[in-house]
Amino acid sequence: MSLAKVKHIVLVLSGKGGVGKSSVTTQLALSLALTGHSVGILDIDLTGPSIPRLFGIEGAKVTQAPGGWVPVPVHAANPAAGIGSLACMSLGFLLRERGDAVVWRGPKKTAMVRQFLSDVLWGELDYLLIDTPPGTSDEHISLAETLLKNAFPGQVAGAVVVTTPQAVATADVKKELNFCVKTGINVIGVVENMSGFVCPNCSECTHIFSEGGGRIMAEDFKVNFLGVVPIDPQFIMLVETGRIPVYPEGTMVKGEALAKNQNIKEPSESSPLVEKYTKCSLQPVFRDIARDVVAAVRRGTS
Amino acid sequence: MAPSLEAPDNVEDVLSNPLKAAPKLVAPEPEHCPGPESEAAGKADSCAGCPNQAICASAPKGPDPDIPVITARLSGIKHKVLILSGKGGVGKSTFTSLLAHAFATNPDNTVGIMDTDICGPSIPKMMGVESETIHISGAGWSPVWVLENLGVMSVQFMLPNRDDAVIWRGPKKNGLIKQFLKDVEWGDMDFLLVDTPPGTSDEHLSVNSFLNESGVGGAVVLTTPQEVALLDVRKEIDFCRKAGIKILGIVENMSGFVCPKCTHESQIFQATTGGARGLAKEMNIPFLGAVPLDPRIGMASDYGESFFDSWPDSPACTALKGVVRRVGEEMGLKAEVVLPED
Repeated sequence: MSLAKVKHIVLVLSGKGGVGKSSVTTQLALSLALTGHSVGILDIDLTGPSIPRLFGIEGAKVTQAPGGWVPVPVHAANPAAGIGSLACMSLGFLLRERGDAVVWRGPKKTAMVRQFLSDVLWGELDYLLIDTPPGTSDEHISLAETLLKNAFPGQVAGAVVVTTPQAVATADVKKELNFCVKTGINVIGVVENMSGFVCPNCSECTHIFSEGGGRIMAEDFKVNFLGVVPIDPQFIMLVETGRIPVYPEGTMVKGEALAKNQNIKEPSESSPLVEKYTKCSLQPVFRDIARDVVAAVRRGTS
Repeated sequence: MAPSLEAPDNVEDVLSNPLKAAPKLVAPEPEHCPGPESEAAGKADSCAGCPNQAICASAPKGPDPDIPVITARLSGIKHKVLILSGKGGVGKSTFTSLLAHAFATNPDNTVGIMDTDICGPSIPKMMGVESETIHISGAGWSPVWVLENLGVMSVQFMLPNRDDAVIWRGPKKNGLIKQFLKDVEWGDMDFLLVDTPPGTSDEHLSVNSFLNESGVGGAVVLTTPQEVALLDVRKEIDFCRKAGIKILGIVENMSGFVCPKCTHESQIFQATTGGARGLAKEMNIPFLGAVPLDPRIGMASDYGESFFDSWPDSPACTALKGVVRRVGEEMGLKAEVVLPED
């Protein structure tokens, strides 16, 4: 099976749409790659794939090889800088036109998810992150079933559950946590995304979508809380246009000035996303989340 | 029959009678299966050699016999409006609830909301009726009435516990949506708003095929300004075109944020590719307006209040009222029917 050489599988789930599953997947993948792990991303959001856009590889196509599909490489490993390789698979790569609707009923989606899990030639990977659509329906059931049947014991490390702070979102995400309980998927932790926006003009932090809802939900369900992620329009610009994030002088993240990564040279406009991302204020936030995920995965498998 | 999800086989009954009666298959559908419910079932090129071929070919074809029942049930509803977006979390449910509140400010209007988001229903919470349950009478299931002239139907009302997950595959979801249309006593209504989940799958196909005969007034498409969202919304518009659903127009939500302290406006979700305005032009559909991000909208939704009543003077409220009037215009209604000037 194509997952045979994948060490750990991590699902990124949320009952709610638009809370940032794909952007959390992206940043978690980049942060894991920055600590030297080889990472793959499987996007099973079939009717609304976002991963190709987030990595700026919408034009890429999947190639066929004996035995299956070759995922689209985002960047190769760079052992000198301590960066691991990153590759993606998404339905977006299989569409003729980017605006084409994928109008599929359940059975077809199920077949596609199964095929994605069995026919992609991932090779050796430390982490495979699986980005999912919102809800608890066909894609999720098929994913859980297939992994339960085919993955070797301990391979599925669990799920990172993403939410935004407001009650309308956590209400749906609680359903997802109950889905994990019912299907026996371990919850690695909860990420509270879009928690606060710092005005670039006056540095006032506004909680546009309320605050604290993710932390309270994690406590209620007795699962680990991985942290809060603020809204950073610079990150959105980075993935939308490739512009390297620039912050006002003296911007502090987590109480410290934005540190330079010693191993990586100053990124230029042509640098890969992973190098540009080191300039983003969210990188230190996700560095810690990735560290906690890795620690939780190690604890789970040892 | 009581609409409880604890009784596992009540939806099964409906299942035995779905869209075009899917036959029982002896093997999983092959890769290029035309779909056991389709007209081509058992006859397509890819059917050759499939163990299901004989079953599919001999299954009864033709339209679902329940569709005339649905059409009769909905005959008292003047306008049916779908709220769509390919993308999640752009504000479909928020907009649906605000549109309903706006239509309902005219006491002569009766408004209904049907929440077809089965796995993530948000309408009950936003309308402040999360803990209600459905009542059954001889005439059918009664919607939950939020106001005297505003009724709601959602799967949330059937859950034994508030946080229960609804772990259903497509056919089961279709079965429930059919029940919402066939068994709910909607009565005479001026507007029925249909809130949908993100994507272009079972729920959307079912709503379309069940409502096709009784006529849909049109669809309002919601989006946020950034390209990651527009990408999915393009797919939804493509779907509407293929399904023959009239698009009333597109609304840009979460468009700009004004800092409450210094009134500096930030584009949080930047419209790097022209936003909804650009998409409307590209797709040749009406642009209905832009609504700014306002934390108070989210707060009002969390508490189940009407944002129009709580913050009538805010810029977001003014923008929303403008959008509501534009929706009415596109439906060919007079402004005083839709939302009277205050």
